[in-house]
Amino acid sequence: MESGFILWSINVGFGMVFLSVALALLRLAKGPPLPDRVVALDMMTVAIVAFCGLAAVRSSEPAFLDVALVLALVGFLATVALARFAERRTIRQETGKDDDE
Amino acid sequence: MSLFIAAILVLIGSALTVLAGIGIMRLPDVFIRMHAATKVGTLGSGMIMAGTAVFFGDNDVVIRCVLSVFFLLLTAPIGAHMIGRAALRTGVKPWTAADAKAGKQQEESA
Repeated sequence: MESGFILWSINVGFGMVFLSVALALLRLAKGPPLPDRVVALDMMTVAIVAFCGLAAVRSSEPAFLDVALVLALVGFLATVALARFAERRTIRQETGKDDDE
Repeated sequence: MSLFIAAILVLIGSALTVLAGIGIMRLPDVFIRMHAATKVGTLGSGMIMAGTAVFFGDNDVVIRCVLSVFFLLLTAPIGAHMIGRAALRTGVKPWTAADAKAGKQQEESA
């Protein structure tokens, strides 16, 4: 009975994480400005980390947790790079030169 | 018993994750949406990783789960801070009480 319950809850969890990634993807497509898209991308990374945990339980294969670990680190780099890009693009448009200090 | 606890943790975590998704769709402004994305999303992911750790109950698996949650908790506030600063500097107008009274969402004004 217990293993049936965990299988059911893993399936429900997969559905909910799918839904959450789909909603974030809608926000990513809709915008409106660039920072909104970066927030949606960040949120998708966090949801995919959760997805990796669920996949590890579902297949009883702990190797998926390495994917989650790496994704938690790399997603942060993507967020920081995009935020810096958005910020420096406006500075460049306003002053006509690169502000790099 | 540990399977039961793992299932409950996974259910709570996935409910929080879907709440984060709804929040990122429904909230009016990028600064408010950031709360849904970083706080609720991180808590949901952490709950699901905790459920995974309880399910396996193995030493190296638990260490990997704890490390990934630790990195999420370490990086989410920094990322959110940088996005918020970039949004404010690129001229996104924060959503105010006056907009709330007018029933206006950011999409309509921007």
